Parts: sequence; C-alpha cells; structure tokens
Amino acid sequence: MHVPDGFLDVPTSIATGVVSAATIAVALKKSRQELDEKTAPMAGLTAAFVFAVQMLNFPVGVGTSGHLMGGALAAVLVGPWTAVLVLSVVLTVQALVFADGGLTALGTNILLIGIVTVLVGWLVSKAVLRLMPTKPTSVVPASFVGALVSVPAAAAVFVLLYMVGGATELPFGALMATMLGWHTLIGLGEAVITAATVGAVVAVRPDLVYAARGLQPALVLKGADGSTICAPEPIEPGAPVHGRSPWPVVIAGLGVAFLFAGVLSFFASSNPDGLEYVAGSEGFLERARDSAVGEFVLADYGEVGGVPVGVAGLVGVGLTILLGLALFGWIGRRGSRAQSTPPQPAQV
Amino acid sequence: MTAQGAVPEQASVPASLEVAGLAFAYPDGHQALFGVDLRIERGERVALLGPNGAGKTTLVLHLNGILTAGAGSVTVAGLPVRKDSLLEIRRRVGIVFQDPDDQLFMPTVRDDVAFGPANLGLSGSELDDRVHDALSQVGMAHVADRPPHHLSFGQRRRVAVATVLAMGPEILVLDEPSSNLDPASRRELAQVLVGLDITLLMVTHDLPYALELCPRSVVLSDGVIVADGATPDLLSDPDLLRRNRLELPFGFDPRTPPPTGPPTSMGRAGTVPA
Amino acid sequence: MADGHLHRLYRHGDTPVHRLPAHVKLLALVSFVLVVVATPREAFWAFGVYAALLAAVAAVARVPARFILRRMVVEIPFVVFAVLLPFIALGPTTQVLGVTVSQAGLLAGWNILAKGTLGVVASILLAATTDARELLLALQRLRVPPVLVEITSFMVRYADVTTGEMRRMKIARESRGFDPRSRRALAVVASSAGALFIRSYERGERVHLAMLARGYAGRLPVVEVQQAGAAAWARAAVLPVAALLTATAAWLTT
Repeated sequence: MHVPDGFLDVPTSIATGVVSAATIAVALKKSRQELDEKTAPMAGLTAAFVFAVQMLNFPVGVGTSGHLMGGALAAVLVGPWTAVLVLSVVLTVQALVFADGGLTALGTNILLIGIVTVLVGWLVSKAVLRLMPTKPTSVVPASFVGALVSVPAAAAVFVLLYMVGGATELPFGALMATMLGWHTLIGLGEAVITAATVGAVVAVRPDLVYAARGLQPALVLKGADGSTICAPEPIEPGAPVHGRSPWPVVIAGLGVAFLFAGVLSFFASSNPDGLEYVAGSEGFLERARDSAVGEFVLADYGEVGGVPVGVAGLVGVGLTILLGLALFGWIGRRGSRAQSTPPQPAQV
Repeated sequence: MTAQGAVPEQASVPASLEVAGLAFAYPDGHQALFGVDLRIERGERVALLGPNGAGKTTLVLHLNGILTAGAGSVTVAGLPVRKDSLLEIRRRVGIVFQDPDDQLFMPTVRDDVAFGPANLGLSGSELDDRVHDALSQVGMAHVADRPPHHLSFGQRRRVAVATVLAMGPEILVLDEPSSNLDPASRRELAQVLVGLDITLLMVTHDLPYALELCPRSVVLSDGVIVADGATPDLLSDPDLLRRNRLELPFGFDPRTPPPTGPPTSMGRAGTVPA
Repeated sequence: MADGHLHRLYRHGDTPVHRLPAHVKLLALVSFVLVVVATPREAFWAFGVYAALLAAVAAVARVPARFILRRMVVEIPFVVFAVLLPFIALGPTTQVLGVTVSQAGLLAGWNILAKGTLGVVASILLAATTDARELLLALQRLRVPPVLVEITSFMVRYADVTTGEMRRMKIARESRGFDPRSRRALAVVASSAGALFIRSYERGERVHLAMLARGYAGRLPVVEVQQAGAAAWARAAVLPVAALLTATAAWLTT
C-alpha cells in the first residue's frame, strides 16, 4: 500500500507530512528510553527484515498493491517509539532509492505504515499480554493479534484519507468494504509471519524482544562453592525459572504456519489484482457502460474476482485460526507443566 | 602466586588489569563465570588457557564493558569499568577478536585503522600519522589503500591488530591469535607481538605459542581460575593439563629452552635440531 | 536482501553526476519531485519537458535506457490503478475509443501515471549514481538525526549479512540433498526464517561488538569531509531550476 506521488492532493499530503514529522520528533526523544548501545543493531536488523518482508506483495482490491507492513513486528521487537523510527527509515529508503512510494507521499506512507500499524499493533499486543500468563512466550500470541488488527486499521485510515483528498471520487461504502476485506486477509498473513519471527527470537534470545521485558524472572548468580551471590526477586507464578525451550513447538508451528501462509499467498498471487482480472473479462466492461459505475462494478468484482480467492481465503482463514488455537494452547500447557517442576540450580 | 619473568611490581604504576570476584550469567540463565580473580601488572604477558566453554571469551568481553558483570568488578589501570567510563576503557583495552572479518568492516585498510582513533576525536594529519604508525608496527603499511577482503587471512589478522593499536591501548587482549594461520604467518605475528611494548593477555589453545610469547599463564575452567603461574611449570603438569582438556602437540617438550638463533617456522615444537 | 538490490541499483561510473556530492544530489532530487507534483496536471507539455530533462541527466550520467526501464517494474501496481481509474471513478463520462469512461478518472489516472513515473525515474537516477556509503554520509551531512542515520547504516549492513547467511544456509541444505522445488521446500525454508533472523543478528552483533570495542558510540566518524563547492551546487541546481521554470510557465498558461 505504498502510496505514489499524485495520489492524494497537496493539502492532504502536507497534512499527513506534518503529522508524521511531529510523531517522528516525539519518537526520537522517547526512543532513547528504549534504545541502548546494544539494541541499535537490533533496530537495524528489524529494519532489514521489515524491508525484506515488505517485498512480499499481495494484490489489493482497489489501487496500489498491498503487502506486509511489519509495524506490529517492529513494535514488539524494539518498542513502539523505536519502531516508528525503524519503519520511517525503511519507507524513506524505499522512496528515495527504490522508487517505491512517492517522495511527496512519504508523509502519508509513514503515517499509515509507520505510525498507525505500530500504534495499533503495540496497543493491541499489550492488551492481549495482560490477559496472558507472565512468561516470555506470551508475546507470541499477543503479537499475532496485534499484527492481525493493525493491518485493517491502517487500511481504514487510508480510505478516510482518500475520501478527504483522493485524486478522484470513489464510492465510500464499497471502497471501505473492499479494502477492509482484503486487508483482513493480509493481516492474517502478517500475523502469522509476525508471530513466527517473534516466537523464533524469544525462544533463543528473549532479551532481544522489547515486549518480553519484565516477563522474565531475575537471574540467580551462584559462587563456585554453590553459595548464592545474587538473590533474585520472588518469581511470579507461571514463570518457568529456566525457560524450558519451546523450540520444538515453535519450529513445528513455524513450519506449518508458513506452509499455510505460503499456500495463501500462492492463491493470492495466482489470481492477481481482483481489478485486473475483472477488467480483463468482457462482462465487466459491458456493465460499466450500462449503469452508475461505482457501486455495481465494485460489488461485481468483489464477487467475480473474489470467488476463487474468497474460497481459498475462507479455507485459509479457518485453518489458520484452528492451527493458531492449537499452537497457543500447546504452548500454554507446556508452560503450566514447567511451573509444576521445581526450579533447577544453575549449572555450568 | 607471583608471576615469574614479569616486570617487578612498582607501587606507583597501577596494575594494567584487576578483576575481582567477577560473576556473570547470560539472559537465558546459563551462568558462565563464578567469581574470577585476576591481576595483571603493566608490561606482563599472560596467556589465558582453558577448555572450550570455560568462559574465556565471556571474561574477555567484560574487560571493555561489552558485558556487564552480575557481581564483582573490573578495573583497568586504576579506572573501573562503568557506563560513564566506557570510551576511555575501550581506548585502554584493545581487544582483537578471533575472526578478523568481524573487525574489518570499512572499505579500505586505512579506513578501518582510522575508525578507532576517529571515534576518539582525532582527525587530519594527526589521524594519518596514527594510522601509519599502527600499520608500520604490524608491517602492513604497504596495503593501506587496499580493501581488507583482498588480503590473506594472516594479513587480515595483523591489520585487525593494527586497528586496535591505533587507539594507543594500555593492554592488548588477543582471542586465539594463531588460529587458522599458516606457519609463516604464525611466526610473523609472533615477531610483531614480541616487538610491542605493551601489556598482553592472550586467550589461546596453542600451548607452544603461549610458551613462546607469555612467561605467565592462567587456566580458566568452569568459570573460575584453577591455576596461575609460570607457563613452563603449568605445561609440565600433566594432571592439570588433562583435567582441563589441554594437550601438548606430539613430541613437544615444554622444558626445552628456546633456541637463541632466529625462530623456526614451527615455534618451539620439538623439531629444533639438537 | 536490500543491499543485494542496492548493488544492482548502483551503476559504477565517473561522470559529472557521479562526482557530485551525495547530499547535493539528494536535495536536487527532492526539489525536482516537489516541483513535478505541484505542476497542474492539465499542462501535458510540461511533463514532456520533465521527461526530457531526466533523459538529459541520464545521458550525462551514462545510464542506459534499458537499465532504467528494468527498474521501473516497481511502479507496475500503481500503473494498473491509474489505468483502471477511468473505469471505476464516478462523475461525468466521456467516450474514448468507444468506451465510456469517467472524465475525472481519466485526468486522475494521467496525473498518477505522469507524476509517479517521473518520481520513479528520478529516484532510479539518484540510486544509479550514488553508492550506499555516500548516501549514509549525505544523510549525516544533512543533519538527519543521528539515531535515524545509525538505524539506516545498520539496516544496510544487516541486509548484507542476511543475504550472506541465506546463501550459506541454502548451500548447507542442498549439500544434504534438499530439493528446492520439492513440495516440502516451502515449509523447510519458512521454518528457517526465524533461524535466519537470529543468525543474522548474532553475526552482525559480533561486528557491532568490534565497533563498540573501538569506541563507536552512535555516530559514524566522518573520515573524509566532502565539501560541496558552489560549482557543484550550481550543476545540481540545473535540474530543479529548469523544472521550476517549466512549472511556472505551466501555472501561468493554464
């Protein structure tokens, strides 16, 4: 959904530019609390990863291509303020060097992809975390939901911006419905990849996941003779002392999840842009001649272009949800099993 | 235990390195150091020996504040390692990591050697002189304008040493300096190190190299120091070596006095003609 | 991955455009795009002039047309939209080649097509004549906040590390009989994505530790100061100034 030059009118572009610049200024100040000398490279790697992930393109019903955004992923890994900076960097480099997204639309793109997705993704993830047991692996389902919601949220803001300053008039209801529909699907793909990546990182290096801070028990340091040098704070219930590695579960979940994401994207890309497909078929053009272009046409391609994809989408959605529930239930059960075994002393 | 062959203690000169009760655990709970005590005087050359997983690299990363100790302290030439002293500490402690490719990340050798002093605030002709001196010390002044990945491994090792020397350190810490070097490069590096007027701490598995370059050795095992003494004594104790998974090359006798002539290509391995 | 692309974007050369300091080129590019976007869309001739200006820059920089065209692939999605806009937009209609289309849609489609394309070509020319390191120094010169420059430079570095790790993992997999076209290929590659993230991080972390060990504290030390003389500014200003003159003429005549 990288908006190009000339898509929105000048006043809207300027307005979004101002909002984005102001938010980045605040983020620069606030990110100092999140970034220390070792998390800066993490921000860079997240930026490179988001860059790569954004190359996976999904077609969108109306207009520019939709693709994974990475806002929620960045927020969970490096914190919301730093995530705004990370996404801003990615979008700016894409606009300047890769010609992806117009320079004058940079404010808009940063607002949608760098701020709305980060904000919504972060807030939703934190809300879900509050409902989960206090352990590092809880960030996985939290980030899944956060990513899932962040994408349609950004799409909704985009439609609102377009109604205010779009190049031309498009019917609001149909536009919103189409965009939300497609972006919920994209949100699912985004959720799977976000959860997979966060899961992989938190399994091996929980210290690198910003959202997992405060979920780990303090470390016990022992002397050579076994005496305790540093005593920890009391461990909250549900927290495994030495995280039994959920590696096997995560890898299995990753493998299957990506298989389905892959299946989804295969389906999505084999029927490229719903509009293209529809425009190609004669029926579309005939109807365009007949009636008020807007509603009928859009409703039509939603059906025509949507039938094969829609079915796949439904199947994919259903399966992913079932899979996700199974996966997270499994992790939850392992966690409570770890809780019941007594903590082992640190051994080298 | 006093170190034999070391520079006699001078009360006025602070110890180059003083580690006291250092304990550390990784975020995943694995404790790597259980209370390490180590003192190295100015001008000493010490080898840090021990099996894989003993905690040697972990210890080294504490010396310049990259890792923060859970308990205990590190002091370099009287300056304690703390968040506010990190830049000066990193000037005083020059760490040469095992993989030179991790350390050479600029387009040319000159840029890499200049990186450190530039961070210290040097520029212009002062910076150029510093770069030239450091490269000359390791015998690499002639490759200053070449990209590092065009050099041989041994040359990259020496350039990595130069990048650290350019900062004017108090103590040079080397992590496995002779690993993956061909015999000629190994000798060349030894010659460079011998010629430096600096305190030296060398982490190594290469026992002949340790014997050649370091009069004193310290053995780290399971996160604590288990032995500290003259290198020939330690290497002549077969029980100590076996307990700590250290092995001498076949036929090597640690008691063989070093030849007075030019060094052979294999250091002091027992191939010296009688 | 990005840096792999970056290598393909940069076209080595020694032309006057290549020799211009990066921050000067960057400012010229941004001002040019601003002028193009601000031009009224009805002034079709103005966009022809802009295209000619960019062609002139490409000629001076010795960037061949095929090179530019290949990299314009990125704009395909919005080209599709621009082409379809006349069919789905509302408002008064007109007949084009026997097909009824929206007038507003036609204009809007043309607007997006023209301005978007010009912006894309200008970006391609900048990337073709400036390498990554120069761009980073340019950002620093232009007083972009150090945190942002730092994140950008790590991003470039990590893109390199990531592609290297991916290549190594691919070789290791295939040496053990893995067939990239088999049915289980996707699941295997996907499950290695998380591992790739960790490995890339830890590999890059070692370099970062080495940088920290040599006193790095967030700002890239500027070893060579690229001063931009008045002549360089003048040369770079040719493009945006010519565009501005064209735009002014367009405003006055529409």
